[in-house]
Amino acid sequence: MNPLSINGVTLILAIPAAAGALLGLLPGYRLSAQINVLASFGTFVAALSLFIAKPAPGPYILVDDLNIVFIVLNTFVGFTTSVFSASYIAHELESGRLAPAHLRFYHAMYQALLFAMNLALVANNIGLMWVAIEMATLTTVLMVGIYRTRAAIEAAWKYFILGSVGIALALFGTILVYMAARPAVGEGPDGMVWTVLIARVSAFDPALLNVAFVFLLLGYGTKVGLVPLHAWLPDAHAEGPTPISAVLSGLLLNVALYAVLRFKLLLAANPGAIAPGPLMAALGLVSLVFAGFMLYRRRDIKRMFAYSSIEHMGIIVFAFGMGGALANFAGLLHMTMHSLTKSAIFFTVGHIAQVKGTQKIADISGLTESNPALGWSLVLGVLAISGMPPFGIFMSEFLVVTSTFAREPLLALALVAGLLVAFGALLLRLQGLAFGEPTAGNAPAQASYLPMSGHLALVLMAGIYLPPPLVAWFQHVAGLLG
Amino acid sequence: MGHIEFDVAHFFAGGLVLVSFMLLYQDRLYALLNVFALQAVVLALSVSWQAYVQGAPHLYVTAAIALFFKALIIPIALHRIIARLGIHREVENVVSVGPTMLAGMGLVALSMVVMLRVTTTAFPLAREDLAFALSVVLLGLLMMVTRNNAVSQIVGFMSLENGLILAATGAKGMPLVVEISVAFSVLIAFIVIGTLLFRIRERFDTVDAEALDRFRGGQR
Repeated sequence: MNPLSINGVTLILAIPAAAGALLGLLPGYRLSAQINVLASFGTFVAALSLFIAKPAPGPYILVDDLNIVFIVLNTFVGFTTSVFSASYIAHELESGRLAPAHLRFYHAMYQALLFAMNLALVANNIGLMWVAIEMATLTTVLMVGIYRTRAAIEAAWKYFILGSVGIALALFGTILVYMAARPAVGEGPDGMVWTVLIARVSAFDPALLNVAFVFLLLGYGTKVGLVPLHAWLPDAHAEGPTPISAVLSGLLLNVALYAVLRFKLLLAANPGAIAPGPLMAALGLVSLVFAGFMLYRRRDIKRMFAYSSIEHMGIIVFAFGMGGALANFAGLLHMTMHSLTKSAIFFTVGHIAQVKGTQKIADISGLTESNPALGWSLVLGVLAISGMPPFGIFMSEFLVVTSTFAREPLLALALVAGLLVAFGALLLRLQGLAFGEPTAGNAPAQASYLPMSGHLALVLMAGIYLPPPLVAWFQHVAGLLG
Repeated sequence: MGHIEFDVAHFFAGGLVLVSFMLLYQDRLYALLNVFALQAVVLALSVSWQAYVQGAPHLYVTAAIALFFKALIIPIALHRIIARLGIHREVENVVSVGPTMLAGMGLVALSMVVMLRVTTTAFPLAREDLAFALSVVLLGLLMMVTRNNAVSQIVGFMSLENGLILAATGAKGMPLVVEISVAFSVLIAFIVIGTLLFRIRERFDTVDAEALDRFRGGQR
């Protein structure tokens, strides 16, 4: 493959990179916001083109059926979030929370983040993937701290330290994978190319591979937000700008999960290595149950949905850990539905917090009366995320539960218990937020309802009717995941 | 590979672990920075030796980064930050030295047991290197856990990262080592700038809040 030829992959990397550089130079937020939307849309279109023309895998770049799902989801939510961000940022500027100089930085970082995530997703080299995830971490840290309040800087610091330790552990795991590969693959660049590794993994030293996977799971698991390592996640979601919360929850967690899945495939293909599934299932289940209980004690609305993200990442990791065609299918579907729903919720919550001037749950109530559009969007979003029937999340959770019941009834009981606990907490809070006596601040929101209604419509559609080509595609990918 | 090559590499890697132990019990910030600079010098020596033995000239770049960035620029920058914040006299409440050292020894023993057992098929030099590297990584983690001060946490993270560079250079022929060490340096530079912002901000917080109050008062 000629690296300079123009194809979908070069475009999904080049557009955000060029836009990021341009936005760093341009003053004026209106134009920047428009360019941001335009560039994100271009990236999304380029990602769609990958379905038609898939470039051949090279030493650094790989596009296969697995990561196309992630790339398209990533660029789509990246695009809708940029639309939301345009209206959100305008309000932040008016209220004086952000200065125009910050916005230049913000838009440049937004595109840099999209670039880093796309790079991590298409990387065929495990070292390159690590560098890309590190870059994504750095850009989000900078954006979490953008309000420069003390709480924001503390959140950024916490995220920074925990994220750095996580990626440091992941690097150690990556080095160990290379060491395990060296006798079979030989020295040099090939030892880190994923397609080469997966082809020859059966000859690797299983003991070294096991230790490597533990480091990788802990390292990238920190970024997924799995429970003993989740401490950064709620702070980063609560204190940063809301578009970033949406991108963190909807996308960055998926990218880290994608890295874990790639290494899981390596381990699964080696006959002597431990089965990676049970480890992942255990971590996922612990995350689900823990986050479910923690939901009851939240006082900050964004923090509450951050815990809900931990809960859902737990479900997804659990599903992939269980493995098998049905559970993998459910995991993929759940990941897609969660990204769409959670970002829609954050879009709504962002506008709600702006209208009400607070993120405290106690100070917000009666939204359906004071701001009907926002209130009902929130109701729909929370119903969807807590797994109520007509929405897509119900279907994916149902699939996870049934596939688990068929194989491990005891684990399924724990899973259902965790789901019910989280369900109760969300509905309890929703009642106070959406109904009851409306609080002050019913100024009409200058909101863009398109992104959130679009996402919710997609989630609703997925719950009622999944197009057969999509089902076939997911089934195929689920088969690949083993 | 002859005996000498092996012994020298072993000597430097062991030296790194030793300096990690020295970092654990420093309770004064300046002393901590000096010991960290020493660790970076040892790392630079170790990496240059690997570059020489493996005949891999690109590793000299990594060694140079270790020497200039971590042994000179970062300690000097942190020195200035500490002086500017006026916390240089502070004596840190390190979790008492005895238990910390015991925990450190336990971690080193653990990494020896784990690494030497799983790498039986690997090249002997790389084996020991990995065991030492994991020790340095775990000691760095231990330091980050036992300290509260932001500066000492940064030093803990950087010594953790020294362990990673040791592992990466010991893995013969590993690609992207230079790129990874550059990426790490960028990360650390950001962390250092971040602390500066964080601390300075804390001091001006009151000023900001007053300005905000006045602004609100004007509006009413």
